[in-house]
Amino acid sequence: MSAKPPLLEVKDLAVSYGSLRAVKGISLEVHEGEIVTLMGANGAGKSSILSALSGLTPFQGTVRFDGQDLRRVPADRIVALGMAHVPEGRGIFGDLTVRENLRLATWIRHDREGIRADTERVLDRFPRLRDRLEQPGGTLSGGEQQMLAVARALMSRAKLLLLDEPSMGLSPVLVREIFGILQEINRQGVTLLLVEQNANMALRIASRGYVLETGQVAFSGASGDLRSDPRVRKAYLGG
Amino acid sequence: MVYFLQQTLNALQLGSLYALIALGYTMVYGILRLINFAHGDLFMVGAFAAFGIAAWLGWPFVPTLLLSMAAVAALGVLIERLAYKPLRQAPKMSAVITALGVGIFLEHLMLVFNPYPRHMPELMPVHLWTVGRLSLSSHQVLIIGLSLVLMLILDWVVMRTKLGLAMRAIAWNGRIVPLMGVPVNRVISATFAMGAALGAAAGTLYAMAYPVIDPYMGVLVGWKAFIAAVVGGIGNVRGAVLGGFILAGVEIGVAAFLPTTYRDFISFGLLLVLLVVRPHGLLGRPRLEKV
Repeated sequence: MSAKPPLLEVKDLAVSYGSLRAVKGISLEVHEGEIVTLMGANGAGKSSILSALSGLTPFQGTVRFDGQDLRRVPADRIVALGMAHVPEGRGIFGDLTVRENLRLATWIRHDREGIRADTERVLDRFPRLRDRLEQPGGTLSGGEQQMLAVARALMSRAKLLLLDEPSMGLSPVLVREIFGILQEINRQGVTLLLVEQNANMALRIASRGYVLETGQVAFSGASGDLRSDPRVRKAYLGG
Repeated sequence: MVYFLQQTLNALQLGSLYALIALGYTMVYGILRLINFAHGDLFMVGAFAAFGIAAWLGWPFVPTLLLSMAAVAALGVLIERLAYKPLRQAPKMSAVITALGVGIFLEHLMLVFNPYPRHMPELMPVHLWTVGRLSLSSHQVLIIGLSLVLMLILDWVVMRTKLGLAMRAIAWNGRIVPLMGVPVNRVISATFAMGAALGAAAGTLYAMAYPVIDPYMGVLVGWKAFIAAVVGGIGNVRGAVLGGFILAGVEIGVAAFLPTTYRDFISFGLLLVLLVVRPHGLLGRPRLEKV
């Protein structure tokens, strides 16, 4: 047992939509400084798990984040606790400019100087966004929107980023670029929980992974073990 | 020429009032996709609030206006909390029908206390200036000027403040706005408060310009302001203002040359044609598709 409790601790999490049980009691842990990946096919329950963690979807079971029980904590308060969710499809507000998208994410903050400094920092990290600052978010390309979504999450000073398929719809070159940036963000102390269908890329940067099937954890382990596991190879890594 | 200028002034006065009311429809529609049919009745309550304050407390214009705006803002928030919020997940039609019901409720609540039309006391003395044969009243200047100031303040809030950002973000995709740390319910309350306060300001100014008020005064004016919002492109703040001035211009224009009974028939007919040509309204646009 490590001395420090996990940053995120999930026990028997279940999510239902009416009579449909999308997540059927999963447990997982994410420790500070880690990159952990959740993999699985469409409909395995990955996005539902993230929605439950960030407070968008009601759930059963327990979720503890940074020592606090998240049951009945509304989504906007969870952001203030230090968890930011980059949603599926990126969730850019199309008729807000890039600058306005970034500014909105600082709702919970009131330190003018800190906000200005953080804006500069994320723009240094994503120089392409600096060129498009006054452009509506809806006019950005898919890759730029993904960068904006990550940049926006960083503006809330999150300790833990939940990322829902950052590789979706992007070219391999862009996927590598985004994953490189994610690794760099992690090196600077931000913990990542990464939902991916692109298991190859996800296992390359994650230290551990969970494989979901029909709302349950089918197996889990260190990335190296998962990569050599024949079941994972067959289902997710193309044999 | 003088006649034309005189009519233009009248159109600007009426248009300011339509625009103020239209803003309330368009703001609520923008964030909730709800047509708040009770909004015309909030305008009426604003007029009666001003009447009550002026008649019983004897306050002058500025505090009367501010108190009327504050009271109706609170009423708007209360209506949203009690009547619309429980229906947020229900089909939109349920909320729209509820809004109609709330409107009828407000009209008849007022009717209980005011079975006869009321005469609005004078909130400030009227000055009349004449330049050649053109006459200009201080009320016209006040109505047009104050409306303009309120619209500029609203535009600044929507375009420049964090609250405005949150409102526009909710209009785009409300489901994920909480992920930005934004308390959506508070933003919705603020939107109702602002829309209702503008409606109350319009009610107060309207009662000063046309001083006989009754509980049904919000019905036709409310419909017209709603149509102004649709013509401008509902959901679009600047469109609502534009629509208000266009509708008033058409109405005054028709009434200037033809019998007044033709007014609504012709102006609404023109607006129908305009909507056939531009179904999203003048400034409304089918939104940018997300990649």
